[in-house]
This record gives sequence, C-alpha cells and structure tokens, in this order.
Amino acid sequence: MATKRVAICAVAQHKNDSDLWHKRFQGMLLDVLEELQAQTGFTFDEETGVNTIVSCSDDFFDARTISDNGVTDVLGAQYRGEEKMAQEGLNAVGYAQAVILSGYADLVLVMGHCKESQSESRRMIANMGFDPFYGRAVGLDNLNAAALQARAYMKKAGLTEEQLAGIVVRARQFAARNPYANAREIVEAGTVIASPQLCDPIRQLHAYPVSDGAVGMLLASEERAAEFTDKPVWIAGFANCMDSYFLGDRDLTANFALKQAAGRAYRKAGIADPKKEIGLVEVMDAYAYQQPLWLEGLGLCGDGKGARFLDQGGQEKYRVNLSGGMLAGNPVIIAGLYRAAEAALQLKGEAGERQAPDLHRAVAHSTTGAAGQFHSVLILER
Amino acid sequence: MTMQEDHKDCFVLEGKMALPNQNFAGRLGSRFLIAIRDRKKIMGLKCNPCGKTFVPPREYCEKCWTKIADNWVELGTEGELVNFTVVRYGDRHLPKKPPYILGQIRLDGADTPLTHIVEGIDPRDVESGIRVKAVFAEKTTNTIMDIDHFEPV
Repeated sequence: MATKRVAICAVAQHKNDSDLWHKRFQGMLLDVLEELQAQTGFTFDEETGVNTIVSCSDDFFDARTISDNGVTDVLGAQYRGEEKMAQEGLNAVGYAQAVILSGYADLVLVMGHCKESQSESRRMIANMGFDPFYGRAVGLDNLNAAALQARAYMKKAGLTEEQLAGIVVRARQFAARNPYANAREIVEAGTVIASPQLCDPIRQLHAYPVSDGAVGMLLASEERAAEFTDKPVWIAGFANCMDSYFLGDRDLTANFALKQAAGRAYRKAGIADPKKEIGLVEVMDAYAYQQPLWLEGLGLCGDGKGARFLDQGGQEKYRVNLSGGMLAGNPVIIAGLYRAAEAALQLKGEAGERQAPDLHRAVAHSTTGAAGQFHSVLILER
Repeated sequence: MTMQEDHKDCFVLEGKMALPNQNFAGRLGSRFLIAIRDRKKIMGLKCNPCGKTFVPPREYCEKCWTKIADNWVELGTEGELVNFTVVRYGDRHLPKKPPYILGQIRLDGADTPLTHIVEGIDPRDVESGIRVKAVFAEKTTNTIMDIDHFEPV
C-alpha cells in the first residue's frame, strides 16, 4: 500500500568551493554518501536498503553524455533502480517523492553534483540552452539574460544600488556562519557598489561565484522514516511551472511561472496565506536582484514591492537565506537542492550557528532556464 | 565535510570537447531568414484570436494553440529599444568583443521584442525607449546575423 507522506530523513552537503581541481565529482559524491550512511545507517540491502537512486547532473558540465552513468557505481546505483534528473536538483526531490508516493520504493537516495570550474566558461554552457537560430547567435547566456531582467525589475520595484549591495553584504554575513558556503568573506556595501559592472546593471559582486559542490539526501516513506531519523522533515508540497521559451515572449518581472508553482505547492500543503504560515525561506538567488523578485513570486511580498520589503525587514521576518543563499556560491544545477538541504537542516534544528528558533514550516525554491524560465517550490514541515 | 587530502604530484587532464553540428532551420525558420537575407524584410506570425504578433516565428500560438504558421505579417525594420544590457565580459560564444549592447527591440507591428545587438551609440548614452533600425549584413550567412545589428534611427 502506498504511503501518505514522504520524509527527508537526512541531508549531507559537500563544501562549496570555486575550484576543487584536486577532486573528481565522483569523490565528492562519495563523501556525501558516506556521511548520509554515517547519519542514518542505511544500507544497499536488496530487501531493506536503498534500491532506487535519483541523481542530478549536467552533461555539458561533466563534459560527457549520459552523465549519470559516470556516477552510478559511487551512488550504489549499479544493479538498482537509477533515475536522472537533468540539471535541476530540487526536481530530483520531487521525483523521489513521486517514486515513494507511488509505492514503487519506500527509500530513495537523492544525489546531485556539479563542478562549474571544469568548463572554460559556465556562460558558454548556458548559451547552449538557447535556441540555435535566434538566441545562441546573439550570444544570450544566463548572465546577460539576467541582466535584462535586472534592469526591468529594478525599474519596476525602484530597487537601488544600496539595496542590492545590502543583499550581498547580508548574504556574506550569513555565509560566514555556514561551513558549507563558498564565498564566506565579509564585504562592505561600498565594495559591492564599487565592484565593476559585469553586465549592466549586474556588478561582479552581485553575481554568485563559480562553484563546485555536491549534495545528497535520504528520503523515506512515513512508515520507514523512524528507522533512519528521530527528526523527520515532511514534504508538504512540491510543484513546478515552465514559462515561455523565447525571452521576448515573457514579461521578465511578472513571475508568471513562480506564482503558478508556488500557488500549486501551497495548495498541496494546505497553506491559505503564505505570509502567515511560512517561517523560513531559501530562494535561489544567483544574482542579488533575484532575491526580492523571487520573494514577490512566492507571495511573501507584494508585486513590485521588493524594495520596500527589504527596507521593512522582510528578509528577517521570513528568515530569508540564512545559509547565505546561492549568492554565497552553489553550482547552478544543484543550487535548489542546497536550498532544500538547508531548509531541512533548519527544521531539524541542526543548522549550527545559522539556526533559527521556533520553526514549523519552510520553503525551498529553485529555478533554471534563463531569467527564471522554470521555477520549482518545495514546502517542508516538521 | 572538509577533509585534508594529499594532492602532491596530482594533476588535471585537459579536455577539448567540441562538436560542430547542424540544426534544421525549419520550414518557418527558413522562410523567416530568407526574407531577411533576400528582401531585407522582418516577418512575424500573428495569432488572430489573441491579436498578438510573434517574432521569432513559431507554428502555434502558445496561449490558445491556434495554428498561426501561415499567418505571416510584415513587421517594420524599425522599432523601440525596450530593454538592454551592456556586456562587459569576454567569452567565445559572444558575437562581439566587449563592451557591447545587447538589447530587446520591439519592432513596429510586433508584440514580442527580438533580442539583438545595438551599435552606433556609446554604452554610456544608451537608454530604453529610443528608436532603432535594423542594419542588414553585407555578407549574408543564412542566420539571424543577416541583421548585422540595430542602431539609433
């Protein structure tokens, strides 16, 4: 009989780094997997152990086809059920949840990895995500597409240079308390504002650093969760939504896809008013301007009111990105999986120096595709 | 998970992944590009029920699923620069040396802006709302770069 609820039993993160040249991603995954085993005691026993593994990787970043095949052995996926979620880590959690809810498996291992440092340029890889005729030819990539969105959003919300700098300064302050973050050095607002324009209006320090990382989690059915943890974190809702492909077809500041995804996830979780029922949020802020924009899409802040939200202390009210967020450095394809891992640690009360008190429910957000084409929202609760 | 590992005498291998490839330009895409190349015309496809004209071309309206593949309309070669960025980094996938302006241009008669290069104006002076016109390439390549760039009217 299929289970009713799915738990995240344990999470493990590899420290993010800008150039882990001396380590293969297989080795990074093995560290993560062994830590999960140490935490939970799970095995790969055919009757009682993990028999389904969902991995997340990207063929371009790994510079090979069928990139999941390069890690099946270290994930214990040899001879077992093996699924790949290409390029979007948070959806690997959604996939694992579906596998367990369907009754196919009662224990699933989710493992994501990416070494952005391996390629000449992560922007060249992003360019390949555009159509070959109109997008790639004019050099579109994730950074310049985001810059177009940044300009439009700053105008709509009245977001200032000082506010953008404040987002980065705060992210670094939290990152300094997160042993897994990449960019943990404290910066001053003046340094952010003085950092060179990379792609106007995005400055160098508004952009997340090149990052290598790996993250994993063990998910179980309600019936089996207690075997692996006494502090399960429950998946209350998961949803995603894809916006139009061509950049010009979209209103870059409207958050169409995120509002759809959030609305569906809240409904599943029985949340009528997210402003009253969400205690902590981890959003995938690859660039500083995205933090308030995505918070608007999640319904925690009014449309176009991101600047006021920042001034009125919205980030502390909703405990936004206490991990330091993606601004402190996660590889793009698994930044959402890191968000979920951090939200789960907070709900377990295992977030160390960045722990928030009295949490019941948290949101992890993820996005992929240029300028937030695709969004995913995961609601977790204690 | 931060272990001190010995990596004395370890090294990395250089890879050179490159795979020249082809993409069928499509029935609509070919017509769109031929109009630019041979007639210096930019064509859009209009969805009559939505009253919306799309560029680049596509076979169906994504909102109402009406087949619009034969409903070509001629757009202006001029339009409004509705949004832009200044690319200040160098990369091999970029068509120009930095700094250069990448803009979203809403051509006269179109509802969706086209992304393209803007030249003929200093990046310090560019602003949204200016009128720009297409400058067609002298040497054509059967690509969207047969519009070489846009420049202020």
